[in-house]
Amino acid sequence: MKILVCITHVPDTTSKIQFTANNTKFDPTGVQFIIGPYDDYALARAVELRDQTGGTLTALNVGEAETEPTLRKALAIGADDAIRVNSFPKDSFFVAKQIAQVAKDGGYDLILMGRESIDFNGGMVHGMVGELLGMPSFSPVMKLDLEGTTVKMAREIEGGKEQLEAQLPLIAGCQEPIAEWKIPNMRGIMSARTKPLLVVEPTSQETQAEASSFQLPPAKGSVKLVDKDQVSELVRLLKNEAKVL
Amino acid sequence: MSILVYVEQAAGKIKKTSLEAVSFAFALAQKTGEGSVVAIALGTIDSQELASVGEAGAAKVLHASDERLNAGVIQAHASAVAQAFQAVGASTLILAKSSLGDAVAARLAIKLDAGLVSNVVELPRLQGGFVVKRSIYTGKAFADTTITTTKKILAIKKNAVDQKVDGAKAQVEAFAVSIAAADFASKITATERATGEVLLPEADIVVSGGRGMKGPENWGMIEELAHTLGAATGCSKPVSDIGWRPHHEHVGQTGVKVAPTLYIAVGISGAIQHLAGVNSSKCIVVINKDPEAPFFKAADYGIVGDAFEVVPQLTAALKAAQ
Repeated sequence: MKILVCITHVPDTTSKIQFTANNTKFDPTGVQFIIGPYDDYALARAVELRDQTGGTLTALNVGEAETEPTLRKALAIGADDAIRVNSFPKDSFFVAKQIAQVAKDGGYDLILMGRESIDFNGGMVHGMVGELLGMPSFSPVMKLDLEGTTVKMAREIEGGKEQLEAQLPLIAGCQEPIAEWKIPNMRGIMSARTKPLLVVEPTSQETQAEASSFQLPPAKGSVKLVDKDQVSELVRLLKNEAKVL
Repeated sequence: MSILVYVEQAAGKIKKTSLEAVSFAFALAQKTGEGSVVAIALGTIDSQELASVGEAGAAKVLHASDERLNAGVIQAHASAVAQAFQAVGASTLILAKSSLGDAVAARLAIKLDAGLVSNVVELPRLQGGFVVKRSIYTGKAFADTTITTTKKILAIKKNAVDQKVDGAKAQVEAFAVSIAAADFASKITATERATGEVLLPEADIVVSGGRGMKGPENWGMIEELAHTLGAATGCSKPVSDIGWRPHHEHVGQTGVKVAPTLYIAVGISGAIQHLAGVNSSKCIVVINKDPEAPFFKAADYGIVGDAFEVVPQLTAALKAAQ
């Protein structure tokens, strides 16, 4: 069983988002980068499935050299080896092409990733990779169990969930509660330093929808407080001022 | 050239978010001068319901009635929509973001060789290319994105446009699809869906409770307030983590992102991860007994007070005003 888990390198969820170069570039000043929280769930489940099946687990990131500490963290958590496609992830199509190429070369049975990256939130890469490889793709997957080559999943839908059954190979975009996040232990951190991390160049430069400039939302005005004994005043404001009732 | 809209159904009813997508396509067609809007609907839906898609702006509805498409089988839906796109000779596909819509759109981007942008918040600009504004960093910023391909797919966010309601009935046409057995190879074995409630991701009003509610047994007042408003109920991450509420009610960075007209937060302090899930709301009301709760900084209206006193009063005041 060969498992591939795709990892994004994204700003911590508490980061203040700012842009630079006339609003054309993300400003990383003071920002801490992490494994995407959804990818962290995918990774945790991938480690469990690797242990269960006695297979191998490769972590993959499409990113420049600065993402290597994030990939090393994936190795510390439990991936056996890592691959970095050496390029800025230009758009979801570009990233999907790189992942599909790596997956094709490596012949993976199961490809897991987060349901979406928390920077661009597209949630499209898993489906694109699925179509590029002719494999089924599922997202957002909140439970994934293996029974031989049958994969039993639960997928979140609006207001509930769907139980699914499909055959390997397949791709899943994961979210909680598929597994508990794993925190690397000291042995993991030590061994991560010497685990193989292969750097490959992108095989295609094609893009379809690159972001060209960024904006922040307009600043919020200050809150209008209503006295707790004047609750009907709030109803009046919502009706007549905010016009939302 | 036409614009095609993939409309989703739930139990034979076209989803409201899909009707918004139709209205978005209608406004886009007017802007580009690009012919008419055609919708593709899949599975068992009656013809009255299909014709009513016209009210939102579709001239024609193609209906592939194959009942195997009643379930949201991702690959089969993608194949059916791709066939409709080719048949219509469409330039652009519009759909509403959803758990099924996203999954289908991603596969279609490859099938159709179409540039795809998700989380679209307004109509594209047409000067200097096809420029689409999308929400990024979980609502903390926006990006202008230029689609460079001839064919395009836009997955739109709730409230990107106002839903049109004054269109004429659409012409409904049966549409024959041929879907390979392999596209049905993955099986949906069961569907669990909360019934008789307003669905959180699609709700116009959301009432959420946090740890300040002190326990699941106190959710009655949240539900009653929500019921009075015709609202969906949500919760903060700690609340779903401890199991007071189901996971599909978790609003926030790693849960459901909502974009209602009105969001009412009760006993939620307003951690940045929660705010990320609600910052697309038009109006935010915060009820919290701690005047220093960070949520007040993100709110339009606030009441500093005990939820156990304020919420029943608010429900009563709303009932009185109805």
